Amino acid sequence: MVYEVIVAGKPHRLELEKADRGWVCRLDGQPVAIDAVIPRPDVLSLLVDGHSYEIKREKTASDLHIWVGSDCFTAELRDPRSLRSRQKSGGDETGPRKILAPMPGRVVRLLVREKSEVEAGQGIVVVEAMKMQNEIKSPKKGVVQKISAIPGAAVNPGDVLAIVE
Amino acid sequence: MFKKILIANRGEIAVRIIRACREIGIATVAVYSDVDRAALHVRKSDEAYAIGPAAASESYLRMDKILDIAKRSGAEAIHPGYGFLSENAKFAQACADAGLKFIGPTPRSMEMMGSKTRARQQMEKAGVPFVPGTSRGLASSEEGEQVAERIGYPVMLKAAAGGGGKGMRLVHTRQELRSALESAQSEAQRSFGDGEVYIEKAIINPRHIEMQVLADEHGNTVWLGERECSIQRRHQKVLEESPSPMVDNDMRRRMGEVAVKVAQAAHYTNAGTIEFLVDQQRNFYFLEMNTRLQVEHPVTELITGLDLVHLQIRIAAGEKLLFTQSDVQLRGHAIECRIYAEDPDNNYFPSPGKITLLLQPSGPGIRRDGGIYEGWTVPMDYDPLLAKLIGYGSDRQQAIMRLERALAEYFVGGIKTNISLFLRILGDADFRAGKLDTGYLDRLLGKANPAISTFSRKSDVAMTKIETPGAQLLEKIAAIATGMFTVLDPAAPAKNGNAGATSLAPCRWKQKGRAEALR
Repeated sequence: MVYEVIVAGKPHRLELEKADRGWVCRLDGQPVAIDAVIPRPDVLSLLVDGHSYEIKREKTASDLHIWVGSDCFTAELRDPRSLRSRQKSGGDETGPRKILAPMPGRVVRLLVREKSEVEAGQGIVVVEAMKMQNEIKSPKKGVVQKISAIPGAAVNPGDVLAIVE
Repeated sequence: MFKKILIANRGEIAVRIIRACREIGIATVAVYSDVDRAALHVRKSDEAYAIGPAAASESYLRMDKILDIAKRSGAEAIHPGYGFLSENAKFAQACADAGLKFIGPTPRSMEMMGSKTRARQQMEKAGVPFVPGTSRGLASSEEGEQVAERIGYPVMLKAAAGGGGKGMRLVHTRQELRSALESAQSEAQRSFGDGEVYIEKAIINPRHIEMQVLADEHGNTVWLGERECSIQRRHQKVLEESPSPMVDNDMRRRMGEVAVKVAQAAHYTNAGTIEFLVDQQRNFYFLEMNTRLQVEHPVTELITGLDLVHLQIRIAAGEKLLFTQSDVQLRGHAIECRIYAEDPDNNYFPSPGKITLLLQPSGPGIRRDGGIYEGWTVPMDYDPLLAKLIGYGSDRQQAIMRLERALAEYFVGGIKTNISLFLRILGDADFRAGKLDTGYLDRLLGKANPAISTFSRKSDVAMTKIETPGAQLLEKIAAIATGMFTVLDPAAPAKNGNAGATSLAPCRWKQKGRAEALR
């Protein structure tokens, strides 16, 4: 099987073939001697040239995180033959940006009105969680197109609080 | 001895107290709010009863409901833990009125120490050193100006009922004083329902060192060594250790004797903590007394070999202390890390949610006091403390090495934690040298994170950073791991051992099918 793996923004070509004993692995064309077991869900014991690594996998609402020791990498696996994977690429840095709730909490108050101009880093909404009030800030300079957060309402991570364009 | 105790708390401290009760052979009664039904303290207790909705004011702070459950369940005593009702003199009184033993000091001692000005007046009488200033609320800004002139600027204005930085103002000059006093008074009135504000000399970059005391109900009071608590963020302690790197035997003995004097002046019983501010010349000043068990009590337990919760229960049951001051020997060094559910990459925002994976350290010199488990959803309604990781060693160096090893073993998946912060602190040169004060952590966090500048931890970190060969290797490992997670079906995890043909045999058909479908 051939995969395109994107780790910390960089693509790698990964070939994995099942052999009689273990796996034959080529990374970016280079053969790598590996052995791997999953001792429990989301934990991988990986031997690379005899070096032992304990890897943890974490799936968030939007990302896949791969932890090697205390280092965390955002990873994405694409199968080059899959159309869906190919379509998924491409950024959206320009245009409207959604402001998402980073954690579950309760909306305390709004700091701006719709249609008002905001600077990058300006507070938009205050969300309370764990006895702390947290200002959720605008990721860019622009105009607040829509505020969907309602004071007093509960929010979940990934919920859209506002849209800035 | 009591037969049954109700624990009016939740989280790691409730679990800690339940464990102590089980060790002594006392049955436990837990209480829980609607969002805590599956919490660890409920699972570990002998009996558990619901006390209301998630909001603490409707559950863990409801004295009437807690007392009612205590009576109905036949509990003889209530342990309040820390936070919630632990320093509420009215609750201690209500327990006494209901014929229940409150495991802590008397309501009178709590009231005396609850107001900072009243505590200062008492300490003035007892001859305890405290920061120069007034022991009564300021009547006017003119009075404030006169006192400030006498003790010298900068001065600190503080709310008598205060805590957590509320109603507190640092004043550098006479011109600032009037408006600072007015805003401190109105903030104190709003936050505590009491606008009393007093003045004291500001100590710049102080250390925060506290002394543990223990007093039985027969007049015996002992001190159990200090805890260095200068590493704080937003007035919240993050890491504590005992002994303090700056305190020598002579200073420790003097602080201990003052602490015992403070406790005796308040007719104090049970476990308590006297907080001191220490200036750069190593003068120490009484700050306040915490009339409860502290979060950081384990570091004292490790260096004294005593179990403070056992002793709290025994004292409350009327037993005498079985040791004297000269029996107390401090041995080794202990450091505690408070593991909070907060996001270090996002300004330490709280991060409640479901714990999808939990790998916990153990081994020599490691103690873990936690209230969490894999699969549990950390509620958003309470304090973000998940667990405490405490390292013990024969000296400070060994305690640090053991903690670094244990932190590397620690993994909490699904939510964010501040585990990486402790690796930074423990590796920092100033921390290693014991150069600590209450501004230490803000200074450390103001520096560029060395870990981030060498490794690109996340895709959103600028890719222009210099990459070490180490980082490239780790990236490759991560790439291979991503693929291996996918091909080794996680729904049917392999058995321990070689991931050879045998362990994967059952999935062969599935894999073949998948491979065919992809062609």
